[in-house]
Amino acid sequence: MSSPKTMKDSVVLQVKNLQVSYYTDAGRARALDGVDLTLSAGEKLGLVGESGSGKSTMALAMMRMIKPPGRIEGGEVIVDGVDLITISDEEMLKARLSKIAYIPQGAMNSLNPVIRIGAQMMDAIKAHQDQSTSDWVSSAEMEKRCKQALESVDLKSNVFKMYAHELSGGMKQRVCIAISILLRPKVIIADEPTSALDVVTQRQVMETIDRVQDQIGAAVILIGHDMGLMAQFVDKVAVMYAGRLMELSNVREMFTDPKHPYAQALIRSLPNLENKGVFNGIPGMAPALLQLPGGCAFHPRCPRVMEICKKQRPEPTTLPGGRIVECYLYPATA
Amino acid sequence: MANLLELKNVSKVYSRGLLSRVSTTALNNVSLTLDSQQPTVMTVAGESGSGKTTLAMLLLGFIAPTSGQILYKGQDIHTLRGEDRMMFRREVQAVFQDPFAVFNPFYTVDHLLSVPIQRFKLAKSKSEARDKMVEALTAVGLRPGDVLGRFPHQLSGGQRQRINVARALMLRPKLLVADEPVSMVDASLRANILETLGRLQKDYGVSIIYITHDLTTAYHVAKSIVVLYRGSVMEAGDVDTVIKSPQHPYTRLLIESIPWPDINRRWGKTEIKTKERKLGGYSLTGDEENVLQAMIKAKEMELGDNSVGCRFSARCPFVMDKCSQDPPLFQLNDHQAASCYLHEGNSVIAPERLSELLPV
Repeated sequence: MSSPKTMKDSVVLQVKNLQVSYYTDAGRARALDGVDLTLSAGEKLGLVGESGSGKSTMALAMMRMIKPPGRIEGGEVIVDGVDLITISDEEMLKARLSKIAYIPQGAMNSLNPVIRIGAQMMDAIKAHQDQSTSDWVSSAEMEKRCKQALESVDLKSNVFKMYAHELSGGMKQRVCIAISILLRPKVIIADEPTSALDVVTQRQVMETIDRVQDQIGAAVILIGHDMGLMAQFVDKVAVMYAGRLMELSNVREMFTDPKHPYAQALIRSLPNLENKGVFNGIPGMAPALLQLPGGCAFHPRCPRVMEICKKQRPEPTTLPGGRIVECYLYPATA
Repeated sequence: MANLLELKNVSKVYSRGLLSRVSTTALNNVSLTLDSQQPTVMTVAGESGSGKTTLAMLLLGFIAPTSGQILYKGQDIHTLRGEDRMMFRREVQAVFQDPFAVFNPFYTVDHLLSVPIQRFKLAKSKSEARDKMVEALTAVGLRPGDVLGRFPHQLSGGQRQRINVARALMLRPKLLVADEPVSMVDASLRANILETLGRLQKDYGVSIIYITHDLTTAYHVAKSIVVLYRGSVMEAGDVDTVIKSPQHPYTRLLIESIPWPDINRRWGKTEIKTKERKLGGYSLTGDEENVLQAMIKAKEMELGDNSVGCRFSARCPFVMDKCSQDPPLFQLNDHQAASCYLHEGNSVIAPERLSELLPV
């Protein structure tokens, strides 16, 4: 493993103008409408937004796991120099887990109940074996690697011989993390990895992800709507709304000085110890993707709406310090 | 003063196995009282497996306690028959965790709301029924025009959960049992639902038992809190006192694990520790963070049913010999009690009298 310092600077993931639509009987729903994202090795990005804002679609699109009636309609997902959107299906099979790994939301349901944990982990390695090349691994070696992975997520190596039902929710989620790091991917996408777990287990799972990420130097995208978890875990926060990135900021700036009115409302809605009994919900409802309002999608709920917001969609602006905001309140400076 | 609800030394044991009985104590000698004159919001908190949902099921009369009694207005809820039973069914309402699973997808919201109206004969005419629906929906912050006539799948999770609250509200309940009502709802909508619950308590005089693992929301809606761990009360008291100055090692662990949406309060960072010292947490020996990590890790080691002694002793870094005996509740101040021998110097309070400490 090279030193983490130098790895920090290397870009491992670039998402350019990613577009995904779902074709329904009622029309076309643009779930992702031109999303750009860049991530360096060792970086942790939080992707937040309400349900229906496109967070999970974003994860699935990066894994190329969008199923009909959904379709990736354009854009690039470049991991480690390879555009995942253009490669063949076979190449994509190999790329999953070895370049980009996915930790799904309900870990309880993603493990096969009738196959031992170890066999499922070995499967993952076997599927990526290429007999023609020299890096072929023996079964014994594979088993050793799997057990190491289990130990790195704080599970005993005898979990290897167990079945999913013998493990608690938090343990199953950590098995999923162990599988995701088996082939040392460059990018790990964790889609609400702790939403079904209680706070103590949640903390343990998040700290596990943090540690294994450090070990293999991968970039992590954490998807969720829990801003508290984001504050604890990530370096950068991207706020999504109706399929677009509204703001992308460093986590400290996001929590202390959010720029986009939606991000501001989101931060204001958070409970803390000082303002007991004060609830600041965001008025209005998340827009239906089938009937997006014209202009900026947030304008019907925005407290600072202007005439132009209703007519024309703002473009992303880069503010000093590298923050990206998509709002007319922050005009692009020449 | 009449008691609305009274739990008297309630225990619930689940047994399985035909030849060798294996039993799990889901709730161990819990006593609580809610006053009928002063509606309040009480939180029951704990991690998964702490007995929170068992408590909700018991309160709603879905299951019977193994020992002890649950009294509603002085009557055991399992002996209620006929009209009394209908009154109980009407006055004690529930809001469940999953707003996606509780609706029949084939019926519109109108139908779903009209079922309780018919069942309990709340309205004499159709127009009166409709007025009641509109009133209840408005009270929970929904525009009736937005939801009436729609099917559940056309509504968002937050809307559905508020319809649940509206449905409960139509029946003018005295007690609402809310079992994790916001855990499956978007964070941005949580505030709205909690606000609705808070308003119900104030405007309609409904007592609420708010069951959750999320201490942040508990802090915001509740007046008092009872922390459960594996069926036993670990700590109870005024919500401000307990959350700002937890005295039981388990409560401390829970509170330390909350992902605070505060950038200056990251897990395991020094800020937390200094803040806690300021709040008067008891002093720890050695590195606090290591102690905490030990508690987190020890979770998997606890096996079997340690039905005698402190339930938390398997994970507790302060475990002593006497922890193999059930610790009584020690009263720490006017509004706080903890079941832990670390506080042995304080006076013991009988579990039945715990409610006296809880503010309303």
